[in-house]
Amino acid sequence: MRPILMKGHERPLTFLKYNRDGDLLFSCAKDHTPTVWFADNGERLGTYRGHNGAVWSCDVSRDSMRLITGSADQTVKLWNVQTGAQLYTFNFGSPARSVDFSVGDKLAVITTDPFMELTSAIHVKRIARDPTEQTEESELVIKGPQGRINRAVWGPLNRTIVSAGEDAVIRIWDSETGKLLREADKESGHKKTITSLTKSADGSHFLTGSLDKSAKLWDTRSLTLIKTYVTERPVNAVAMSPLLDHVVLGGGQDASAVTTTDHRAGKFEAKFFDKILQEEIGGVKGHFGPINALAFNPDGKSFSSGGEDGYVRLHHFDPDYFNIKI
Amino acid sequence: MYSVVHFTAGSLNMPIDKSDPDPNPNQSKASKFRWGELEEDDNLDFLLPPKEVIGPDENGIKKVIEYKFNDEGNKVKITTTTRVRKLAKARLNKRALERRNWEKFGDAVREDVGSRLTMVSTEEIILERPRTPGTKAEEIKVPGDSLAQLSKGGAVLMVCRTCGKKGDHWTSKCPYKDLAAPVETFVDKPVASEASVAASGSGKGAYVPPSMRAGAERTAGSDMRRRNDENSVRVTNLSEDTREPDLLELFRPFGAVTRVYVAMDQKTGTSRGFGFVNFVNREDAQRAINKLNGYGYDNLILRVEWATPRAN
Repeated sequence: MRPILMKGHERPLTFLKYNRDGDLLFSCAKDHTPTVWFADNGERLGTYRGHNGAVWSCDVSRDSMRLITGSADQTVKLWNVQTGAQLYTFNFGSPARSVDFSVGDKLAVITTDPFMELTSAIHVKRIARDPTEQTEESELVIKGPQGRINRAVWGPLNRTIVSAGEDAVIRIWDSETGKLLREADKESGHKKTITSLTKSADGSHFLTGSLDKSAKLWDTRSLTLIKTYVTERPVNAVAMSPLLDHVVLGGGQDASAVTTTDHRAGKFEAKFFDKILQEEIGGVKGHFGPINALAFNPDGKSFSSGGEDGYVRLHHFDPDYFNIKI
Repeated sequence: MYSVVHFTAGSLNMPIDKSDPDPNPNQSKASKFRWGELEEDDNLDFLLPPKEVIGPDENGIKKVIEYKFNDEGNKVKITTTTRVRKLAKARLNKRALERRNWEKFGDAVREDVGSRLTMVSTEEIILERPRTPGTKAEEIKVPGDSLAQLSKGGAVLMVCRTCGKKGDHWTSKCPYKDLAAPVETFVDKPVASEASVAASGSGKGAYVPPSMRAGAERTAGSDMRRRNDENSVRVTNLSEDTREPDLLELFRPFGAVTRVYVAMDQKTGTSRGFGFVNFVNREDAQRAINKLNGYGYDNLILRVEWATPRAN
């Protein structure tokens, strides 16, 4: 396949997200300006100007009208996807890391980093249909985990919130009361910071990637460990194909190991694994720096990866990808 | 809906001027005009043949042949080969089609067509299946290389006495043959001394092997081979994908090449970044050095020099 290279960001990529229809791709980077691209040919549609810090993540509503972005400048902003206009700004006391719309787009879960005296927290905000009615107040604030919470997403039917972060423990919280419902087993869980989390298309299971060079597949309701995928590199980003039983892991290299490994370490790749057999299918090379973001198009026929090199690489699969057998 | 994807490979035909002392070099290109009519200089030189477009064939390859004047005023033919390819067919729903027509906003407003924000990769990237340990991908790529075929045997451990490298080549095929001084001095002096010994030896009636008899062919043979290795050119700063056929192709225009060698890293199977080319004629080697030193090849600037500092 011939990947399409998009160099719209000056700084490393942090997050990639496709909209529900799969025709738009939103990219966030450390350069303060989230960008939206057409997902078929990589043409840039526009940029959202307004943040003053690195944008860590974003989410788009199901009708592709609203975009929410979380940034290191301690704000979370709501945007009009079409015009690029800012609709609302939520202010926090510390950098916002992860944002996620609920099913129905009426609520959003936002995590904030530990900063000075503040510990990390998970906030739930109500999103009004009409931006003029938007209020600042939180529906719910959950505190508890130590260290940064890198990702928090809604569970099935918005009943739960799943969080994962620097303390390597995945937690499931009740979204109404904020009570901790479940914690991942320490023995079988990750040993180092969990960097990324992605849900399956139906929400029944999710995949977490960690700096301990592995990714694990969990059941959403019971939080039991289903599968583990092992790589040689710390995992920065994970993605699951909505069409085939494939998981993709993207990662980097420990800075300390650079001089001791061979010169081919510059060819960073996104590794494909069979979801059920846990075996490596192959790798897609091309990035000049560690891969920080991965996303699959909801139709499963293309995927994109964002790297430390500032490039977004959009890959449309060749027909023989769909016939791969182990 | 589909998008057109281009990758271009341009080829430049140099005008014939160096080796052919043609008084009117420009006219040798203008084959469309009749000789008899072109006496003076202020003639139809400014006319260029029209652009030809050989349309997309069944593989989607389209050739555009244009003629231009380059900076030196020479007529030049540029062939651009592009492949027109349909990208994935996106069956967009109604809303998505509407979004296609949205106006650009933010930084994209002032986007000009020339801004290369979105480019298609020039390299074909495949989903590389994991290789079973022990097999090398190079075997498929370089079937003609005798060294690769030797190593395909797998079980044989080749040790070279000259350079001490294991598993790459036998001593007789050592590419650093001319670098190892002791080997040469052995060849040099005994030939001279053995000739005198042969003369005296035969005088005594001792058996003198044919190679050491007076007027032995062997001296000329070894001399030829050695002179060949004196025409050895070292090429450094090669890209890791470069192999022997690439070097051969690059150096062949300068003259007859007897052997090419690219140093390989056994562990990774890629080039260690340098190699050697042996020419038959020293002048060819000198010309190759002059022309290719500093030449950009596969994104790296080549360094081309004599293999041993023996340029007289």
